[in-house]
Amino acid sequence: MELKDKLVSSFIAFEDNVDVEHSVHDIRTEAIKNFEAKGFPTKKEEAWKYTSLNNLRKIDFSLFPKTENTIEYKDVKQYFLHEIDTYKIVFVDGVYSSYLSETTHDGVDICLMSAALTKDMYKPVIDVYFNKVASKDESLTTLNTAFSKEGAYIYIPKNKMPKKPIEILHFSTGNEASLLLQPRNLVVVEENAEVQIIERHQSLTDNNVLTNAVTEVFAADNAIVDIYKLQNDNANASLIDNTYIDQKNKSVVKVHTFSFGGKLTRNNLNFYQNGEYIDSIMKGVTILGEKQHVDHHTLVHHIEPNCESHQDYKGIYGESSTGVFNGKIIVDKIAQKTNAFQQNNNILISDKATINTKPQLEIFADDVKCSHGCTIGQLDEDALFYLQSRGIPIKEARALLMYAFANNVLESVRIPELKSRINALIANKLGVSLGFDL
Amino acid sequence: MAYTEEELKKELETKEYEYGFYTDIESDTFPKGLNEDIVRAISKKKNEPQWMTDWRLEAFRIWESMEEPEWANVNYEKPDFQAISYYSAPKKADPNKTLDDVDPELLEMYRKLGISVDEQKKLQNVAVDIVVDSVSVATTFKKTLAEKGIIFMPISEAIQEHPELVKKYMGTVVPKTDNFYAALNSAVFTDGSFCYIPKGVKCPMELSTYFRINEGGTGQFERTLVIADESSYVSYLEGCTAPSRDENQLHAAVVELIALDDAEIKYSTVQNWFPGNAEGKGGVYNFVTKRAICEKNAKVSWTQVETGSAVTWKYPSCILKGDNSIGEFYSIAVTNNYQQADTGTKMIHLGKNTKSTIISKGISAGKSQNSYRGLVQVGSRALNARNFSQCDSLLMGNECGAHTFPYIEAKNKTAQIEHEATTSKIGEDQIFYCNQRGIDTEKAIALIVNGFSKEVLNKLPMEFAVEAQKLLEISLEGSVG
Repeated sequence: MELKDKLVSSFIAFEDNVDVEHSVHDIRTEAIKNFEAKGFPTKKEEAWKYTSLNNLRKIDFSLFPKTENTIEYKDVKQYFLHEIDTYKIVFVDGVYSSYLSETTHDGVDICLMSAALTKDMYKPVIDVYFNKVASKDESLTTLNTAFSKEGAYIYIPKNKMPKKPIEILHFSTGNEASLLLQPRNLVVVEENAEVQIIERHQSLTDNNVLTNAVTEVFAADNAIVDIYKLQNDNANASLIDNTYIDQKNKSVVKVHTFSFGGKLTRNNLNFYQNGEYIDSIMKGVTILGEKQHVDHHTLVHHIEPNCESHQDYKGIYGESSTGVFNGKIIVDKIAQKTNAFQQNNNILISDKATINTKPQLEIFADDVKCSHGCTIGQLDEDALFYLQSRGIPIKEARALLMYAFANNVLESVRIPELKSRINALIANKLGVSLGFDL
Repeated sequence: MAYTEEELKKELETKEYEYGFYTDIESDTFPKGLNEDIVRAISKKKNEPQWMTDWRLEAFRIWESMEEPEWANVNYEKPDFQAISYYSAPKKADPNKTLDDVDPELLEMYRKLGISVDEQKKLQNVAVDIVVDSVSVATTFKKTLAEKGIIFMPISEAIQEHPELVKKYMGTVVPKTDNFYAALNSAVFTDGSFCYIPKGVKCPMELSTYFRINEGGTGQFERTLVIADESSYVSYLEGCTAPSRDENQLHAAVVELIALDDAEIKYSTVQNWFPGNAEGKGGVYNFVTKRAICEKNAKVSWTQVETGSAVTWKYPSCILKGDNSIGEFYSIAVTNNYQQADTGTKMIHLGKNTKSTIISKGISAGKSQNSYRGLVQVGSRALNARNFSQCDSLLMGNECGAHTFPYIEAKNKTAQIEHEATTSKIGEDQIFYCNQRGIDTEKAIALIVNGFSKEVLNKLPMEFAVEAQKLLEISLEGSVG
């Protein structure tokens, strides 16, 4: 059966297990209708020109994993940021693992979507925020909405800041031959509040996993939100990560995306600036090899005046990997004094690697400063020679230059332990050990 | 200050299209509509050989199976292809007559446009092949060119006189199947220019063609074919102005450039067709397919100044097939009132050590929409490909839009590609600085816009640069303070 038909028909089975009286029921029903009408996106659509889901659609994914797949902490410790204390929301094959998690209700709510969607005490927040910024039109987002049941729920009230960063981890055990996961996260950060979130998807075997995640983030006035996405999954794991961010006056939201692995990764990052003096920051480092495919799709919609956005994506592509960057900036007519910057630098280190990039500006206001820059190039031969002449082997010399290339993206990572973790990942990916951090 | 912003705006809105007049010439026009018989009739009218008729018919069948493209960032009422007359020739035209025999009414029209044939002939050292509607009525300097072995004639004559060249090259760069409008053009083209520069010849003068749309309700479908044989050089100019008409007129041209080994072609365009009035009524639809192929060490340079047309859809492209070939694209696109332009270029790098440069300047004013759409593609065998692109947009007023859609696709690790784009408005402090030195606001804007466009204007041949600068001023005068 086509994956689409399978999904649509299993919606009824899914409905049996959730509360159909809840207002979210209507949202789900509406969403599945949209997905049924639209189906999976194809390469004919402009937004999916360079990324094909055809191979994934042929896989017979199981949609509802058997419950209770337990894993031991020692087996997965390496995937946690274990050097520091963090709140943890951990899912194993899509099911919440209370054993591995550490949640809280102490002043802030760091808990589960399933609880938020069913318990009355969360209803006021769900009614105001759930599915409010996520697209009601984009087919994969609506697919997630239709099956939204579990994920992370984070609510930070006014003037609060959680004591420690929050880790959201999704493990897949590979007990199922192929598994489709659809986590749904909601992050609400109220006025003057602050939060740091680290997100990771990890499969523990080489079985097929497809994750179609949707995260909604609401940053109220003066809120500060840092999100770090670590994508270093196995060769058969694919991820479609849809993030929708709604920002109010003077809020600052930073999203760092580190893509080092996975078969197919598609990041849809959408910022909507519903206020003035907002800053939106997107940074990314992509280092790929083998036949990996990463597609970064960003959208910044400048709706109000006096806002800024900064995008900086660096990519290093080896072997037969493919990189896509599609950055879109829309500046509305009234969004005067907008400053929007976009930068995309790429290095190709293999003959078979491909880069497709499309930085896009759509500007309707006249008093703006918008620019985008995009480069594709190689490592500087002179710099390589210089390093070699000082006794640094070619491999390390190359790695050193690539480190330097990725450096200014890492600079803005505010958790030192995370930074050295990413450093280690980069070194590992480049196959060298430099013995120092950036 | 001499002008207030309001006054400036008003003046601009009421500024009538300077070249908006209509010359009354009796035309020999086909009935409206398009079918195989019309295609055959056009071919017959042109006295074409059988292979040409077959070629057209094949194109027509391809066109019938195609759909009008929707992807461009423009909105317009789709032309009704059955409501267009596909052939219109000024009745008094006679291919054998000399310049003196040219219809005085026509000469008067050119005089108004400021492109007197005589003047050009004598003073500017330009050979002009004038096309009014569909038939060439005057060809000058043919003799001088013939001495060098250069062939420069209407394409309909070329089909008669040099069928081997036409047969060999036509449709090789822009195939009939390329796109909707190229297929339409292949089926119904009525005239255009043909140019062949033999091996090792440097064309001593700038070749120039002026296209106009005259008869109301007739579309114009030119076909231009320029072949520069090995080690030759040619600079080709194309300039356009059209009389003001209420009805939307369709223009779907195809231009093919072939630069063989070591050859160089410089192709410049000034396009100033009727852009519609201040309410966005009328104006020309300009859907053009222009493409060049570069063999070894060849160079093709496109320069364009686009100020006219209600809707423009145009991407002069270079296929850099040969090793060490070079492609260049310099463009200024100005849109005002309700004009819409979706223009840019494609640089396809296939050979080794190929280079391309793209400089695109978009200026939008009024309620217009101006888009840059470009593709830089580096094939997996294109070693050491080099590209530099720069797209700058200038916005005047807060009701217009500027858009950029650059596609960059690299499949070779030795490729070096840079792309830069900026969008800004004319700085208040820049204008203040000029005002302070006694330069009024309007002049200041002209000054700044000229500075903004200088990189492209510099690439135009002398006489065109002057015309282009004038056009920029007409199109933008007093757009914003």
